[in-house]
Amino acid sequence: MHGLVNRAIQRFLCDTHGGECWTHVARVAGVDPGGFEAMLTYEDELTETVLEAAVARLDLPREMILEDLGTYLVSHPDLEALRRLLRFGGETFVDFLFSLDDLPERARLAVPDLELPELELAEDTEGGVAIRCRGGWPGVEYVLQGMLRALADDYGALAVLDVIERGPGQATVSVSLLDTAFHKGRSFSLVADR
Amino acid sequence: MTGAARQGGAIMLHGAVLGRLLPMHLCLDAEGRVRQAGPTLERIAGTDLAGRPFAEVVSLRRPAAATDIAGLLALAERPLKLTLAVAPALPLKGLVAGLPDGGALIDISMGISLIEAVSRFDLTLGDFSPTDLAVELLYLHEAKSVVSAELSRLAERLNGARVSAEKEAATDTLTGLANRRRLDATLARLLGQGRAFALMQIDLDYFKLVNDTHGHDVGDAVLRRVAHLLRAQCRTQDLVARVGGDEFVMILVDIVEPFRIARIAERLIRQIEEPILVGMRECRISASIGVSVFSRQDSPDAKRLMREADSALYQSKGAGRARVTVFTRPEGTADNTDAA
Repeated sequence: MHGLVNRAIQRFLCDTHGGECWTHVARVAGVDPGGFEAMLTYEDELTETVLEAAVARLDLPREMILEDLGTYLVSHPDLEALRRLLRFGGETFVDFLFSLDDLPERARLAVPDLELPELELAEDTEGGVAIRCRGGWPGVEYVLQGMLRALADDYGALAVLDVIERGPGQATVSVSLLDTAFHKGRSFSLVADR
Repeated sequence: MTGAARQGGAIMLHGAVLGRLLPMHLCLDAEGRVRQAGPTLERIAGTDLAGRPFAEVVSLRRPAAATDIAGLLALAERPLKLTLAVAPALPLKGLVAGLPDGGALIDISMGISLIEAVSRFDLTLGDFSPTDLAVELLYLHEAKSVVSAELSRLAERLNGARVSAEKEAATDTLTGLANRRRLDATLARLLGQGRAFALMQIDLDYFKLVNDTHGHDVGDAVLRRVAHLLRAQCRTQDLVARVGGDEFVMILVDIVEPFRIARIAERLIRQIEEPILVGMRECRISASIGVSVFSRQDSPDAKRLMREADSALYQSKGAGRARVTVFTRPEGTADNTDAA
């Protein structure tokens, strides 16, 4: 698993559940005391072990931890860079949703060896969107759900999200848009403040 | 030009559509006045541009300046460099095409000024045509900055780890002095530079007795005290290393005169002979010293220098300890033969 993903989990556990939570998880899972390096790649099993240790330590369902991780990635102030890169996807939440199938390619433009699940969009009759998520690690659809929930808020849209289908190696996240301009949302300018 | 346009079949476009396709265009009439301007260009200019002579809005820089419509049309279909009156320092790119009515269409692009222009005029995604790659370029620029910042942090951490690993690998953990490895590296460096120096072998006398009488902890404290004394005699360019249980080596750079070396060594012995208090115990030791000297004309041979210092040390010990011997080569011995 790419170091960026592992490091994201590490920072999430540290920032959301405290440094001692991460220290415990790292010790149980056998992670180097220095933590993960964002630009190195690690064995997939190590990520699994870290997640299992986090589930045991926090006594929360894995799905919930992963969804919180997704929300954290978009909304934590220290990860503003990631939020900004995502917001390049479109001017409105709907535009953004329709740019999601480019997301793996966009990610590869930035970090060539970062593998994200393939995302495929389908509109349903009620104006909602179903996002089919293929490949990637088990439960990644919950991270996506958390990220989309936070992004809807970021754009000022009101949306209901759900993981509706789960099968081996694939899952579907449904997005029902209730209001595309529910509130003002957070600002985004094309060039970051210097 | 107008004939060619007619032959190809003129294409009619609504002004607003043109504005969406080319958000940074200027459409000029046959007099060179702005008929309409693209919405992004008006946003940058901060005002309605209709009716203005084009030369008040843009300045053509390359390949030639143009102030009237004839001059402008002469540049048609060639790559242009130009600036806007509102931002004369921001180089932009452009292309001019003649229109059937004798007017002209100028399309303008940010070119390499994109990031500065977007930041300066606070442009948004909606200011660019969806087919324009400008936004992808901004995304890429930002992604690249994030990734390279992460990479330089990684490089810094790795470099820090390398420096501390090297330091550990070259340090004697008990005394914090250099170890044999660093001594060898320093010797090789000085010999390579052809820099004169004295190599001083220091062997503690009666140290074994301290160890046997008071135990290793006291012995270790005595060694640390000696290390402190030796270090105090060093200038930044010098080096002290612990090379054995109670054996030390000092390199004194640029000092070659035997009387100066002897004076330094004798002072060291006197200091080492001062009683050392460890807890309630008083320890008394001394030191024997042997010195060899490397001067510029000698052949750079580290092994021989160590051998010479050893042999001088042996003489000091043999002569009753607590003294200094500076190795002197027998008269008439060529420096590149083994003297010792």
